Amino acid sequence: MTPPDDQRLLEIRNLKVQFALEEGTVRAVDGMSLVVNRGQTVGVVGESGCGKSVTAQALLRIVPKPGEIVDGELLYYRPTGSDGENLHVTDLVGLPANGDEMRDIRGNEIVMVFQEPMSSLAPVYTIGHQIMEAIELHQQVDRKEARERTLEILQRVGMPQPTQTIDSFPHQMSGGMRQRGMIAIALSCNPTLLIADEPTTALDVTTQGQILELMQKLQNDFGMAIMFITHDLGVVAKMTEYVTVMYLGKVVESADVDTIFHNPKHPYTKALLRSMPRMGVKSRRLEAVTGMVPDPFHVPPGCPFHPRCEDYIAGRCDAEEPPWIETEPGHGVRCVLYE
Amino acid sequence: MSSTNNPSDAVSDRSAQETPLLEVKGLRKYYPIRRGFLSRTKGFVKAVDGVDLTIQRGETLGLVGESGCGKSTTGRCLLRAVDATEGQVRYWMSDESGWTDIYALEGQDLRRFRRFAQMIFQDPFSSLNPRMTLLQIVGEPLTVNRLASGEELEHRVADLLRRVGLRPEYMKRYPHAFSGGQRQRIGIARSLALEPNFIVCDEPVSALDVSIQAQTLNLLQDLQEEFHLTYLFVAHDLNVVAHIADRVAVMYVGKMVELAESDDLFASPLHPYTEVLMSSVLPPDPRIKTRQIEMTGEVANPADPPSGCYFHPRCRYAEERCWQETPELREIRPNHFVSCHRAEEITLEGVL
Ligand SMILES: Nc1ncnc2c1ncn2[C@@H]1O[C@H](COP(=O)(O)OP(=O)(O)OP(=O)(O)O)[C@@H](O)[C@H]1O
Ligand SMILES: Nc1ncnc2c1ncn2[C@@H]1O[C@H](COP(=O)(O)OP(=O)(O)O)[C@@H](O)[C@H]1O
Ligand code: SF4
Ligand code: SF4
Ligand SMILES: [Mg+2]
Ligand SMILES: [Mg+2]
Repeated sequence: MTPPDDQRLLEIRNLKVQFALEEGTVRAVDGMSLVVNRGQTVGVVGESGCGKSVTAQALLRIVPKPGEIVDGELLYYRPTGSDGENLHVTDLVGLPANGDEMRDIRGNEIVMVFQEPMSSLAPVYTIGHQIMEAIELHQQVDRKEARERTLEILQRVGMPQPTQTIDSFPHQMSGGMRQRGMIAIALSCNPTLLIADEPTTALDVTTQGQILELMQKLQNDFGMAIMFITHDLGVVAKMTEYVTVMYLGKVVESADVDTIFHNPKHPYTKALLRSMPRMGVKSRRLEAVTGMVPDPFHVPPGCPFHPRCEDYIAGRCDAEEPPWIETEPGHGVRCVLYE
Repeated sequence: MSSTNNPSDAVSDRSAQETPLLEVKGLRKYYPIRRGFLSRTKGFVKAVDGVDLTIQRGETLGLVGESGCGKSTTGRCLLRAVDATEGQVRYWMSDESGWTDIYALEGQDLRRFRRFAQMIFQDPFSSLNPRMTLLQIVGEPLTVNRLASGEELEHRVADLLRRVGLRPEYMKRYPHAFSGGQRQRIGIARSLALEPNFIVCDEPVSALDVSIQAQTLNLLQDLQEEFHLTYLFVAHDLNVVAHIADRVAVMYVGKMVELAESDDLFASPLHPYTEVLMSSVLPPDPRIKTRQIEMTGEVANPADPPSGCYFHPRCRYAEERCWQETPELREIRPNHFVSCHRAEEITLEGVL
């Protein structure tokens, strides 16, 4: 095995997560692979149900029952030692989901910001209380110091009037303030990886812009890597360096952000980009992708995109699973056209 | 407000022969705030606070603004789904009937209006009754108005389902069996059942995925052509609004702050709030670097708006008179209305 590139923080290898339901088995994530380097922002894009959130849940080992990781590795290049100089490779799949090590990683090193801050903040506690709790859980500080750090972190996430807001309950805050609160909780430790699952989808455009710019700034300050899950291609273009496109549980294309937008290879990536309405491009009709994403119990055989694909080759695309092909270093695509 | 400042007058002067489909003057909707068990009114949420506008026959008027600024409430007032607190909403329903003030309608006439104007909702999941089949959901407006039953009803529903790209065989199924995009089509089919002329589309594609969003936008445009529909299109994605709308209205805390033809608005906005909105547009292209104009503070509270121009606490161009005097909506370029004291002096950036 080649020694790990020291930039590497996380490596998802052929991850498979399934839900055994009465109606059948949902292959929510069906062979996902992805590398996240230290300090990098990686985008995971795809339509509803393609497995983005379940991938994130698997990383944190919080896949809800009856979901199960059935295959693959989640290699975490964990910094150890007092100054994090040494790396220790841990396969998160091998850890007990509620054991000490996984808990430590989950709250401290790999943290998550969700789409709906209201449902992930405890309604009966003030935002200050919730941040202080996170700080006290992972750091050896007393109450007074925890409150001071909380104030400091609220300031850093741009919370308006932090000295007042620290004692506010989630329902007294706007959507943007709640999302800042969530980010504050996530950053109260020093994460190596922040998973942001549609963090701005529920927000207004102006608030979205503020939160995105805040995340860029905090990444500069804290240097953590961000895994940005979204279906919004505008957000991907602004925020990410490297992009992975998913369709029905599989990665169909991965490349640096410029390549994804200017030299996409996979028919699905191309179709998605063409279907976007764009400012200044006046056309009566949009080039919509035909058909719908099939439901998870009826994933088409062969290439799962074939019923909607314009370049579909009968007898081939519906029969064999397309291989993963590296067209260039760092640019991979799952499609028979590039064999 | 003086009558020369009223956009509805100005537009109808210029094209007197082309009567607009609908005209709104001084529309207000205040919701009482009640607290405590005595339920005494403690004030009002001014959800819509003085809106004037006209909508031309066959056009799509986009309506944008931050969450809570009163877009949905405006849409509901135009349909009389809620009663306005003040103001006038009148439709030119036909040349025989001339202007109809919808707040004066009752009985038969009100029922006739309910067929004339319809709504499509944002959330395709909660807006459909889970215990009804597609036949019942799409056919309900027809049965309630006793327009069809039995075989005739199935016929009409099958036709409506085909129109929106759903298979008629789905008629006996329940909504849970459908995806978000399909449910949105069911909602559209239902709203078309009574052959309306005017539809308020309240964030009709916000909950949909990119590929389904494009299909739905195309469908709405096809239906508009086929049935000569007029749309009020509420949305927060400016890329979508720029694509679909002929004209765009921008709201801020219950007031209309700018109204212009779509291209004109996106190329050269006149209101500082519109400029901030434009700077938040994220183009799907990493080579275009954008930077959102910084805006301090939160959106104003509609129960306790600031003095003068409601936008002044967040406006980077604000000066003394901005917190003293309330600006009025003025037509400062042909067909381009704005409510800002400084519209003539400042030059703002658009996105086109
Ligand atoms: N708790 C669960 N029980 C059963 N099936 C589930 C569960 N969570 C997810 N799934 C299924 O797994 C698949 C992937 O879901 P996931 O939530 O990862 O999608 P997503 O890409 O995050 O979509 P969205 O953009 O809508 O958030 C879907 O088919 C979904 O229905
Ligand atoms: N039924 C209601 N009762 C009380 N307040 C309401 C009601 N409907 C809307 N509001 C308030 O009116 C304002 C405008 O709401 P709305 O029209 O839904 O905004 P938008 O559609 O622009 O997001 C908000 O402050 C909202 O909370
Ligand atoms: S493998 Fe075939 S169906 Fe799949 S994307 Fe490529 S050409 Fe299209
Ligand atoms: S009136 Fe003044 S505060 Fe209001 S938008 Fe214009 S410049 Fe800004
Ligand atoms: Mg998700
Ligand atoms: Mg609304």
